[in-house]
Amino acid sequence: MAAHAPTGRPNQLFRNLNAKIASIPMMLVALVIFLGGTLWTVFYSFTNSRLLPRLNFVGLDQYERLWASSRWIISIQNLAIYGILSLIFSLVIGFLLAALMDQKIRFENAFRTIFLYPFALSFIVTGLVWQWVLNPEFGIQSVIRSLGWTSFAFDPLYDPDIVIYGILIAALWQGTGLVMCLMLAGLRGIDEDIWKAARVDGIPMWKTYLLIIIPMMRPVFITTLVIIASGIVKVYDLVVAQTSGGPGNASEVPAKYVYDYMFQAQNLGQGFAASTMMLLTVAIIVVPWAYLEFGGRKRG
Amino acid sequence: MANISTLNTTAAGFDAVSSRLASGPSGRKPRRMLSTRNIVLYGTLTVAALYYLLPLYVMVVTSLKGMPEVRLGNIFSPPMEITFEPWVKAWAQACTGLNCDGLSRGFWNSVRILVPSVVVSIAVASVSGYALANWRFKGAELFFSILIIGAFIPYQVMIYPIVIVLRELGIYGTLTGLVIVHTIFGMPILTLLFRNYFASLPVELFKAARIDGAGFWQIYFRIMLPMSLPIFVVAMILQVTGIWNDFLFGVVFTRPDTYPMTVQLNNIVNSVQGVKEYNVNMAATLLTGAVPLIVYFLSGRLFVRGIAAGAVKG
Repeated sequence: MAAHAPTGRPNQLFRNLNAKIASIPMMLVALVIFLGGTLWTVFYSFTNSRLLPRLNFVGLDQYERLWASSRWIISIQNLAIYGILSLIFSLVIGFLLAALMDQKIRFENAFRTIFLYPFALSFIVTGLVWQWVLNPEFGIQSVIRSLGWTSFAFDPLYDPDIVIYGILIAALWQGTGLVMCLMLAGLRGIDEDIWKAARVDGIPMWKTYLLIIIPMMRPVFITTLVIIASGIVKVYDLVVAQTSGGPGNASEVPAKYVYDYMFQAQNLGQGFAASTMMLLTVAIIVVPWAYLEFGGRKRG
Repeated sequence: MANISTLNTTAAGFDAVSSRLASGPSGRKPRRMLSTRNIVLYGTLTVAALYYLLPLYVMVVTSLKGMPEVRLGNIFSPPMEITFEPWVKAWAQACTGLNCDGLSRGFWNSVRILVPSVVVSIAVASVSGYALANWRFKGAELFFSILIIGAFIPYQVMIYPIVIVLRELGIYGTLTGLVIVHTIFGMPILTLLFRNYFASLPVELFKAARIDGAGFWQIYFRIMLPMSLPIFVVAMILQVTGIWNDFLFGVVFTRPDTYPMTVQLNNIVNSVQGVKEYNVNMAATLLTGAVPLIVYFLSGRLFVRGIAAGAVKG
């Protein structure tokens, strides 16, 4: 657009003035909220702010307190278990479903509609439904017991050791449809000739998937991975609805820790420190990806 | 003369056929309906589909039962006696704290939040996307990059600074404040959506309009807007489901009497007082899920397109 710039304008600032005025909200959001807000939170995580933010620096005290808190350790452990398992399961299930859907099946639309509808629902709805389905008195456990297997025990929401798996089941129900959709789009993007060539060479189908198709879908996998991972770090509403962090604090997650300390325990400093740790987690995932994705493209 | 060419084609055809015969059958075998492959394929898909449908079924069934029947046990059994009492109760009588006017309040709060948030966020993002695609200026890409990186930053990091900003502006806890918050967090993905769409439109149109003397807003309203209705629909689907399903911002940026539906639903179901009425809870859950579900079933493929673009929002 630079080519048709009228010459002789004295000031660069007034070029495209309307476009600049129209972009003010975007610039404000980018600078003040995303950049400024993030820096502000990181900055204040080094203070001992309690009810109100105050500039009383205490160094790394908040972080020491954070990592000494058993609730935070549990939150991190839960996030790790939940995160790793939900990454693995949603990629595997999502890919398997997509591969099945890609067999030129009938009723593809019906199946896709069914697999994807949970994604339209909120985490609150998801959490509450699964709270009911997993209810030990009336839900799956009692139904299977009433079928005759009286010692059957599957009570994730009231058993602190496995509560996180109960949440995982609900999260997978909600989110795998999306992964399936992304994977299906990836599979459809693969050249039909590849399949023909593999068939001519007599390579069995599972081997074609494993050795040819999946490596070719690397970009789709990476994008999906980043999408799932950044969703995992944010997990909050699901836990609030399904277990409220209980039993005890067995299903706490970092996002809930942040919220509780900022808005309920009136301990802003802890909240800031915890949210900075969340930011760090996301950065560890996103920065290498962004580097590979965008940094690499410029050079190559 | 024509005969010879026909003959030639026939001969060529015969050649092809004979060579095919020599190398055995080619192409696909005619499929039988009940091959092992099909049984495994459709069997797996059906089992998976049942798993996905199960919770919806349980919700519907439970919400149509009376409490005595729910207590009898099996959550999967269809209701012996269908009653709409739980739905009425969930909508008009369920209690949160001291208020006992049901989810209807949350529903109308959510509508009041939804409409302006969707309109404002799409308006702001589409104009930004348009400026980025057609009116590049120095630094625009930098702001855009920050915006996109911002989409990955956990909300928890930015929430408190926003609380402070809104408090300074005197709109913390008001509807205006929440609309601004939704506009802010909808911005990365929507701007990306609109920027890419506008950039894919033929640039000649834009240039022609420029030569005819149209300015920034004129081109936006007279050319870009009418040409981009599909992408506006995608953005709307994205925002309607996203904002309706929001919980975190509702909790942080509203007061109890203006809580959106999701927050009120959570308070009703997870309240510790009183006897748990599972049928009412499920009716309330279905009522809250109804809006995005209707959007989903009506929009079909557009929804898929919307979430594929909006998945980053998490």
